[in-house]
Amino acid sequence: MSVIEIHNLTKRYGKHVALDGIDLEVEQGEVFGFIGPNGAGKTTTLRILLGLLRKNAGEVTLLGGDPWRDAVALHRRLAYVPGDVNLWPYLSGGEVIDLLARLRGGFDQSRRDELLKRFKLDPTRKCRTYSKGNQQKVALIAALVSNVELLILDEPTLGLDPLMEAIFRECVTKVKQVGTTVLLSSHILAEVEALCDRISIINEGKIVETGTLAELRHLTRTTVSVKTRRPITGLARLPGVYSLTVDGTHARFSVDAEAINRVMRYLVQFDVRALTSAPPTLEDLFLRYYKLHEGDATQ
Amino acid sequence: MKLNAYTGTAALFRLILRRDWLVLLVCVILPALLAVATAAAFIQLLPSAASLEAFVFDTANIPAEMALLGRIYAPTIAGLTAWRWSAYSAVLVGLGSALFVVRHTRTQEEAGRFELLDATVVGRQAALSASLLVAFGANVVIAALVAGGLIVYGFPAAGSVALGLSVAAVGATFAAIAGVAAQLTESAGTAKGIAVAILGIGYLLRAASDIGEHNELSWLSPLGWMQQIRPYADERWWIFILFIGAITILTVTGFALSSRRDVGSGLVRPRPGPASAAPSLRSPAALVWRLHRRSLLAWAIGFAAFGVVTGDLAKAGADQFAASPQLTSLLARLGGSSGVSDGFFTLALTIVVEIAAVYAIVTMLQMQAEEKEARIDPVLATAVGRLRWAGSYLLLAAVGTTVVLAAFSVPAGLTYGLSIGNVGYELPRVFAAAIVYLPAILVMAGIAMALYGLVPKLTFVSWGALLGIIVIELLGEIFQVSQSIQNISPFTHVPKVLVSEFSATPLILLVAVALALIITGLIGFQRRSIG
Repeated sequence: MSVIEIHNLTKRYGKHVALDGIDLEVEQGEVFGFIGPNGAGKTTTLRILLGLLRKNAGEVTLLGGDPWRDAVALHRRLAYVPGDVNLWPYLSGGEVIDLLARLRGGFDQSRRDELLKRFKLDPTRKCRTYSKGNQQKVALIAALVSNVELLILDEPTLGLDPLMEAIFRECVTKVKQVGTTVLLSSHILAEVEALCDRISIINEGKIVETGTLAELRHLTRTTVSVKTRRPITGLARLPGVYSLTVDGTHARFSVDAEAINRVMRYLVQFDVRALTSAPPTLEDLFLRYYKLHEGDATQ
Repeated sequence: MKLNAYTGTAALFRLILRRDWLVLLVCVILPALLAVATAAAFIQLLPSAASLEAFVFDTANIPAEMALLGRIYAPTIAGLTAWRWSAYSAVLVGLGSALFVVRHTRTQEEAGRFELLDATVVGRQAALSASLLVAFGANVVIAALVAGGLIVYGFPAAGSVALGLSVAAVGATFAAIAGVAAQLTESAGTAKGIAVAILGIGYLLRAASDIGEHNELSWLSPLGWMQQIRPYADERWWIFILFIGAITILTVTGFALSSRRDVGSGLVRPRPGPASAAPSLRSPAALVWRLHRRSLLAWAIGFAAFGVVTGDLAKAGADQFAASPQLTSLLARLGGSSGVSDGFFTLALTIVVEIAAVYAIVTMLQMQAEEKEARIDPVLATAVGRLRWAGSYLLLAAVGTTVVLAAFSVPAGLTYGLSIGNVGYELPRVFAAAIVYLPAILVMAGIAMALYGLVPKLTFVSWGALLGIIVIELLGEIFQVSQSIQNISPFTHVPKVLVSEFSATPLILLVAVALALIITGLIGFQRRSIG
């Protein structure tokens, strides 16, 4: 069953097209990564899902309902962490956590205590005295204390230090175990790689790719560094080889997935001494799609 | 190192001008326009020497006028213009200067914008020095425009210059006071509150000195100094030395305090808050109450103080009237046969309800602040609908307005009632006279709601509407403004229950207009995008 179904969603601000007919489907129980550069349309999509923004066209179904019309009923079943966390300066962190969780419909006191401890947050401080990272923690804890079916997280680790990022990942893994669906927007690729079952890449209001990480990797190039006993020649002529640098018996290049086998067989004739290959990181994926859009992907 | 603290002042000066040039432009031109308009009004109202003399004589014997506007020192058209214009202009210019300085110092700091700036080539004193320079500069321009306008109008040059400078000096003084206040607390709201409270106390001291025995009280107030300069009445230029001394001391104090504290902190440390929310904090209405209860308390205290003073003045006025039987014609104009105190309360209420309308509009526009700061998003992402959220602010506006009207009228009725020994009769009457304004104030809140719901970019028009109404009432008093124009103001339709018959019909109509505006706004708010 799909928790989120988006079809041909379009949002315009005057002449500017923020979302240009995007499609997105998030299945129940999965952690779905929504990645793209700043201004790609991630937050706009999430705010339409929350019924804060009106769409111009397309169909959006959230937890079986209409996010605009059924906002109040749907919001009992989800929790949201905004990308730009702004809290009431004169309320304490503890007050904000309790308030937001109660407005949603209640929370688990023992989980609240545990989260405060794990994120090392002092709940008695007024929100305006918190650093950006601590404000982010307040918003995260306020979302994680409730039992909900869906978590919508907009760049949730912005401002967190690496230690807290690790704790955040543990928390997401934990909620996933109890069947909670998570929609995670991010441009921190390591985070998405570590957490997400499937991802969509959005750029300039269009979804450029959707799939599991494995599927997307399949489409991309592996980076190879090879040392041989005899000088390497003629590698540049092979199809599917890019960014080649040859220094006598040492070559570095990237290669399309479908060309790997052919390239390996070709290299054997130079008597391979050492070979390292790296799978493409999400960063590579990202840069590639980004460049593709600018029309200079093929060097 | 010392010099570096001021580095970047010029850059921030330009930044402030770029951000606020339009507001500044309006604020420096408006006082001059009002001065010339006041002069024109008096020329039209008092065409002959006899009418002038009668007006001065009448006015000088009304304690309410003296309390609100001060004494008349020069019984000429120019002198009356100075008297009437400077009384409210000084308050507005002082208020504007103070709020402006806080806006460009503590407000920025509270928003964390200084951390960004201080890390660049901007020194720690730069924001304070730039804001003070702009504020002082704006006041100098105000003085020049007012003096120029009145000289062109044909008023004596020396008096016109003294008048312009006297009001500008008040503005500069309150800019410097705000510069100190901004160093004391971490919160811009509290800093503004301190400056406004000092202005309010200054006004009360001046009012008390002008009607009472203790004329020396006036010397404790910058507003008192201003009137003691006595433009067009053999100007006392030496008083400007007081202003220059005060401005210098305050400015030096501000910079000294600023260099002794960390960026973002105040001299008063904040206390920790509760670790968990009170059980009652579980609805948007509770949140709105939690956020704004203190500000309502501050408003109520201000209204109560004004109420006590008004009640006291009503008694003093009644006594003085009793001693001068020749003032019966004026008595008739103010309060008819029902008494001097009733006329006085009625007059005071016209001002009080305008301030109460400011409270109502400020409260409604908090919604826009929440939206701009994106604090609305996490709330609307919970099971809180838009109607419930906006309804919470409407509720606070209505309840809060009732509270401030009661905070004024109960102490006013009590003080007056006690002084004449008839509390049981006076208190309910004064309370009723104030509370019947609630529907008219709700119309103002409704205008704010309609604008916020339909065209949030234009919410400032609600201030324009209130300003227009105030101008109609101010000029309506001097000019014989036609009834159809006065009818634009919802306050015109409120029955003045102390001096005339009560009628429920206009109140019902006002409620209907308020509801129509509110419902329109809510429908618009339901249908539009947030942010």
